[in-house]
Amino acid sequence: MIDNSTEIALSLQGISKIYGPSCPACIQKTGPEMGTNICPECGSIVACADISLDLHAGEILGIVGESGSGKSTLVKCLYFDLEPTYGEAYLSYYGNGRLNIFSETSQKKRYIRNHIMGIVYQNPHMGLRMNFSCGGNVAEKLLTADCYHLGKIRHRASELLTKTEVPVARMDDLPRNFSGGMQQRVQIAKAMANNPPILLLDEVTTGLDVSVQAKVLDLIKSLQWELGISMLVVSHDLGVVRLLTNRTAVMKNGRIVEIGLTDQILEDPQHVYTQLLINSLL
Amino acid sequence: MGYVAVKGGVEAIENAEELLKYFRLKGGSKPIEVKQIQDQLRLAVDKVMGEGSLYAPYYAALALKQAEGDTIEASFILRAYRSTVPRNHYSLPVDTTEMHIIRRISAAFKDIPGGQVLGPTRDYTQRLLDFELAEEDEERAACFLAGFLEGLETGAPEGPVTFSKVIDLLREEGLVEEFQAKQQDKTGGREDSVMDITRETTTFPCPREGRLQAMARGEIGGMLAIAYSSMRGYGDIHPTLGELRVGYVPLKIPHPRGTGELYLGRVLVTEAEVIARFADEDGTPKFTVGYGLCFGHNELKAVSMAILDRTMSAVEPQMPAEDQEFVLSHIDGIESSGFAAHWKLPHYVTFQSDLDRLRSTQKRKGEKN
Amino acid sequence: MIKQIVDSRKDKGYNFAFIDEQAKREIRRKTLKAVAIPGYQVPFGSRELPIARGWGTGGLQITLSLLGPDDVLKVIDQGCDGSVNAVNLRNLVVETTKIATTLDTEEATIIQTRHRIPEEKMTGGQILVLQVPYPEALRIVEPSEAKTRVMHAEMDYSKLWVYLYEDIVRWGGITIGARYPAMVNKRYIMDPSPIPRWDVPKLHMADTLYLFGAGREKRIYAIPPHTEVIPLEFEDHKFRVEDFSGLSCGRCGSTSSFLDEIFDDSSGQKTYLCSDTNYCDRRLTGLAQRKGNARNDR
Repeated sequence: MIDNSTEIALSLQGISKIYGPSCPACIQKTGPEMGTNICPECGSIVACADISLDLHAGEILGIVGESGSGKSTLVKCLYFDLEPTYGEAYLSYYGNGRLNIFSETSQKKRYIRNHIMGIVYQNPHMGLRMNFSCGGNVAEKLLTADCYHLGKIRHRASELLTKTEVPVARMDDLPRNFSGGMQQRVQIAKAMANNPPILLLDEVTTGLDVSVQAKVLDLIKSLQWELGISMLVVSHDLGVVRLLTNRTAVMKNGRIVEIGLTDQILEDPQHVYTQLLINSLL
Repeated sequence: MGYVAVKGGVEAIENAEELLKYFRLKGGSKPIEVKQIQDQLRLAVDKVMGEGSLYAPYYAALALKQAEGDTIEASFILRAYRSTVPRNHYSLPVDTTEMHIIRRISAAFKDIPGGQVLGPTRDYTQRLLDFELAEEDEERAACFLAGFLEGLETGAPEGPVTFSKVIDLLREEGLVEEFQAKQQDKTGGREDSVMDITRETTTFPCPREGRLQAMARGEIGGMLAIAYSSMRGYGDIHPTLGELRVGYVPLKIPHPRGTGELYLGRVLVTEAEVIARFADEDGTPKFTVGYGLCFGHNELKAVSMAILDRTMSAVEPQMPAEDQEFVLSHIDGIESSGFAAHWKLPHYVTFQSDLDRLRSTQKRKGEKN
Repeated sequence: MIKQIVDSRKDKGYNFAFIDEQAKREIRRKTLKAVAIPGYQVPFGSRELPIARGWGTGGLQITLSLLGPDDVLKVIDQGCDGSVNAVNLRNLVVETTKIATTLDTEEATIIQTRHRIPEEKMTGGQILVLQVPYPEALRIVEPSEAKTRVMHAEMDYSKLWVYLYEDIVRWGGITIGARYPAMVNKRYIMDPSPIPRWDVPKLHMADTLYLFGAGREKRIYAIPPHTEVIPLEFEDHKFRVEDFSGLSCGRCGSTSSFLDEIFDDSSGQKTYLCSDTNYCDRRLTGLAQRKGNARNDR
């Protein structure tokens, strides 16, 4: 649970996700020290293990690591796309921070997904319905909030699209026909439709051109500045993390090996793996 | 038209029925005997028994006569009749190793214990139109029968008539997966009871026995099409026909008074087992198996069923053939044909409603432009 | 009653109302469950009938399971008692029950219907049984039954709402003709069967029990009397019924009933006639209720 006197928006406590039969040795025999996330005893994949961290209100927290380090799994567990094997998560905006959101009913989880958390996936196909218009995609979220006035829905949708720099003239077009960068901006507009206090961003700039990347990053930065949304930014790209985040957690083989202020981590990495990661960037 | 007087509707139906009869008989040939259909259109009868899900060769033949040879219609008639017959007993599980076979082949091994038994098959005949058959009459038929049976021993056979199964031999060697205990069936098994699809609604995931029941009464065309899509690559399972057998199995029920079993008779069935792509569910890689069994002599159906049984065991279905709901919701011939035919019913009202929508949309668009 | 059952058996060799008593009991049980959860689709073990799947077997099973020897049945298709399918269904019921039938909406205790609700207001003592081809209102946005069941459980209806949104954006208005989805009792979105939009308001706070049967899809659902049934609409794009303004029935002159559009062979002209033939007949003989369910203002 979250102590309400703190500024914590989201608290993760001991989250693990294991694929396979899993055995008592799973956690012990995997991780950065072992250099693997596959349990040698039972062959289970320990995608992430024992992840605890707090996201403060209004901050952008980065999670960085190579592919397969478990960072996307973590975010997908949080958004209920995957079911964690162990662990709890609390939201200060839900049940006074006293309810483990993983043990809520699917109806409640749906409420959390639609009202408290927004997500932007690396692949726009996961976040958008490509056969709905771009306005329809935003409307889908608004309709979950019992807004049944078409004029108001379209007004709000055009507001959001303007904010995310999608030409309002293209509101009724299918996102299928958009460029990758524009699809990402529609996804961001959709994720923010109901003003969620928390936004999860999963590799949102991966696969975009460098110039487009910069624009999307600018947008995220300005949204955070303007609306004070707490964000969890997952990326394998230290450049993205450097640009966006206040604090950063470094993940390897399903564990957090280091967490701290982004500047400090980049200037003075403590863990060997972090040093390696930063050196490879230079 | 449009305003159909009540009398008109009644008369129209009666006249249509009369006309049907007329069209069946207007050629002036001798009315076909049901027994003839039962004997000589053997495979059509078997198809109808399967899809009508009632083992009753004579009634199936009668239904075929009534339906003028339309197997889907005949199956429908038989199925409707079936629903009026009380179900007094459930049979004991049939052990197909007790099958008295008339045909048995394996594509997996050249030699199998007991040997390949080709039996009555058209597989290796040339599909040339047989003009001699046009000349067949009672005398020739009798002559053929006498000649064929002459010198054949028709008494009790000396050798075995039942054989162990190819799959069982492989299973003994640990090469083929074990029967899955029901509770381990990840695709919808339940522990305590056997589902009966004629008494409860299929929901998904559906237990394997429900899937097999639905396929046993499935329509061959639909099953073949979906199984073929898998064979062509939409979810290929890499099948090998481990064994195909056709023969008679004994049907028994628990003795209604007291203990023991009661033998009721035998039914002709076709059974297929395909050996498919291996998996390592229990740690050891083993071949997986698909199973098909249907009434009568219907090899295409048994093989299609075995393939679909295997494709539907996919835990994360991607392709149509792997998707239980997709397959099971679309293979019942009585349902699909009924619904396809229902479009012939009047839809004046719904169409009027659609017209209203189109006209107002046209009007709006016209105003805009 | 027992005598009647025996008599009917003697005639055709079939049970009273065709279906065996055990099956009828199960169907009634499922129907009660449906009544208890308005708008919720209850799966049932749909029996095979000598009527083709898709031709009213769901409605028929409900009707057959409810009928007693004293019931008076009316069967309509497209609002018409004489439509060939209605005749066929009525014949089956009569052959297996020997019960009385009527063309008169007022006289009937049970009315089985396809695609229409009678124009005249039905009473609390009557039951309307509707034949349903597609019980699932969400099917237009989600083909999988497994998924739509979850969507209902979670009241996850935004996809259907977006469908309506997209319709308005694309066409300037909602294009769903018949089978217009409605929210029942603030809980379940329901397919009202392919009745025209004209009939949907009749479901709301009615005196009559409405039962819906889908034989092929094996579902029963219900709207009990005095239940709220609201067609889906936006605050600024209201639900509207078919527009027959300026038109009237060429036979009885009604300006307040659902009309069939008819091309006259001899004159080549379009004419309009009441879709509810009994209503039209009763108007001609002056029997029809002038008020009731039929609207005067459309």
